[in-house]
Amino acid sequence: MKVQYIGLEEINGPLVFIKTPKNIVFEEQVVIELKNGEKRIGDVIRLDKDITTIQVYESTTGMNSKDIKTEFMGTPLMIDLSKQMLGRVFNGTSKPIDELGEIKPDVRRDINSKPINPIAREYPKNYIQTGISSIDVLMTLIRGQKLPIFSGSGMNHNELTEKIIRQANINDSGDFAVVFGLMGAEYETAEYFKKSFEENGVLSKVVMFQNLSSDSAIERILTPKIALTCAEYLAFDLGMQVLVVLTDMTAYAESLREISTLKGEIPSRKGYPGYLYSDLASIYERAGQIKGRKGTITQIPILTMPNDDISHPIPDITGYITEGQIVLSRELYQKGISPPINILDSLSRLMKDGVGEGFTRDNHIKIADQIFTSYSKVQEVRALAKVLGESDLSFVDKKYLEFGKAFEEKFINQDLYETRTIYASLDLALELLKILPEEELNKL
Amino acid sequence: MLQHQFAKWSNADIIVYIGCGERGNEMTDVLEEFPKLTDPKTGRPMIERTVLIANTSNMPVAAREASIYTGITIAEYYRDMGYHVAVMADSTSRWAEALREISGRLEEMPAEEGFPSYLPSRLSEFYGRAGLVNSYNGMLGSVTIIGAVSPQGSDFSEPVTQNTKRFVHTFWGLNRELAYSRHYPAVDWNVSYSEYVSTLQNWYEENVEPEFLDIRQKIVKILAEENELLEIARVVGQDVLSENKKLIIEIARIIRIGFLQQSALNLIDTAVPIKKQYKMMQTVILLYEKSLKLIEKGIPLSEIKKLGFFDEYTRLKFEIRNEELVKFDKINTKIKSNFKKIEEEYEEHI
Repeated sequence: MKVQYIGLEEINGPLVFIKTPKNIVFEEQVVIELKNGEKRIGDVIRLDKDITTIQVYESTTGMNSKDIKTEFMGTPLMIDLSKQMLGRVFNGTSKPIDELGEIKPDVRRDINSKPINPIAREYPKNYIQTGISSIDVLMTLIRGQKLPIFSGSGMNHNELTEKIIRQANINDSGDFAVVFGLMGAEYETAEYFKKSFEENGVLSKVVMFQNLSSDSAIERILTPKIALTCAEYLAFDLGMQVLVVLTDMTAYAESLREISTLKGEIPSRKGYPGYLYSDLASIYERAGQIKGRKGTITQIPILTMPNDDISHPIPDITGYITEGQIVLSRELYQKGISPPINILDSLSRLMKDGVGEGFTRDNHIKIADQIFTSYSKVQEVRALAKVLGESDLSFVDKKYLEFGKAFEEKFINQDLYETRTIYASLDLALELLKILPEEELNKL
Repeated sequence: MLQHQFAKWSNADIIVYIGCGERGNEMTDVLEEFPKLTDPKTGRPMIERTVLIANTSNMPVAAREASIYTGITIAEYYRDMGYHVAVMADSTSRWAEALREISGRLEEMPAEEGFPSYLPSRLSEFYGRAGLVNSYNGMLGSVTIIGAVSPQGSDFSEPVTQNTKRFVHTFWGLNRELAYSRHYPAVDWNVSYSEYVSTLQNWYEENVEPEFLDIRQKIVKILAEENELLEIARVVGQDVLSENKKLIIEIARIIRIGFLQQSALNLIDTAVPIKKQYKMMQTVILLYEKSLKLIEKGIPLSEIKKLGFFDEYTRLKFEIRNEELVKFDKINTKIKSNFKKIEEEYEEHI
């Protein structure tokens, strides 16, 4: 019989404070029972000599300081996991919300798993095909990689996310699944995803965790951890190839800031807590592959850069932890190019070992290098054309302008429902490079 | 990537690689690759001369703060045994961030950008531990530190970058634009410097060639001039530049592609011995000087380009193996004779 404590000292937003009881542990799970019998979960986030701080995940509304019963569970936060979770929709604290009933748990796991020792890791060496030319050819997604998408408010990253989830697949045998974590999404965004998955028959390979913008901000902190715990079960216990898509990490970081401020911590850059880097790392580093296990976890976190500023702490820190990034460009978006991927700012650091002979094609890297070099030359020529006027450019420079236009319209631009295989994309890239004179193609 | 290349190919006796807040997958890459590589000096697996401190970003923050000191202490231990040790600290910015995080938890008063006020003194203490040492047992050993700084928001004026630059004498600045156009290593020759260049004069004389630094200076000059010319050309276009200015731009281009760019994936180009570097510099300067002579005689650059040496130069690094240095002499002779021929032909015409 666990001991229950009655009464609270203070409530401040999502935080409640009680007199420190004996024998409690840091980050221990807490169940708080209201007068009407409703139960809410929380955990211990600060232990002082006199006062213990508990953060409550499902809001503190309706609590008063007298009638509350607090029970310490002795374990960290755990969730139930099962194979039946595929095709289901849960809220941000892992409760089913699709009216299909509770799941029958196979195992129960701590949501803060342990760091993987680099010695136990397997270096990622195979790819996931997204069916999007610019990603597959130029920043190939490798199984076990974490490759974020940097977007901005008002850009169509939700469309891109939906397209990736709908189209992503692997080109060899093996089970493929997607774990989708929504943080702070508006109701209509969540519905858009759900509806599109149902209509296109992909819901059966997706596990969806959704924390809406109207849900408690604190709950948002749990969502990515729960999604990853589920992914780890699917990948490392059941041997599946799992793609984890998390959106929007900016909303997550803002929740973190909100709580940090409530706790009275000393803020670091732009008011975000000093541990933002460590905290994001504890999420992103949960991607990978473990020696002797069949499954892999690949992560695509999506974040909106406040004011399109790539040096803002959230994209900045994310870029240092993840293995590359996919950056969306407002300029391309306004030109009507979709997905508006700015290929020069984007990069996949693990690509070099996961493509080429035995995976895609032996000349894959050469084609990618040539595209990057030529397209960056296009930018130079465009700058020159702005000053001189297009008619005064040399013959070669005019060819570059032609290539730039064709490349954006035919290669980067892709219909929402058009899937291109990685081979078709490589062919298309070679075809477009033929616009340029042969002596300009020094990487091929 | 660059730090991995240093760890693989530098000629130190011992490498201490500190992955401070590193990505787990990158650490695994090193762990899988190094046992397979051979150390050119001893013929033994590369991993045998390497110490790796694997601190991934999701490990406890205190371990990240300590990892830098663990690494340098191990390096000093080998130094005292008479070894030359290279320490790669990747990255000191992650370490500084750990310092800031802990300082925040201790509720210390923050100084610049939230970093504690003792950041500069900690940095100078760390870099001060590099050096050449005569130890008590009479052995000569050294510790060299290659610290990577990843400036937050790519802003070189942030505290970690600025304070690091105060305490070090060599700076290699990586440039985003270069990386975008796949110019690797993306070391920006316009901002990077070494204060040791003149100190090394005697070493180059003894170990490479006496003219090494002269030739280097010529290359530096061409690149600096290119930088200026490109600024002008951006406004008025390249066509209005005089022939010898166009030559500078052309030579600088082949220096960039044929010499400065190096492909880590190419077996020959991934590590180039200094003697070959010298030969490569010598050939490009020969090309420059010979072309300049022709241009002064009124032969247009387009004619000189038709000889094909400029394009050939950009391929030399892949075609001439690192031990076939005589081939450079052959090319030099070919350049001289072909240039002479065109000069004579031209003189006949007038």
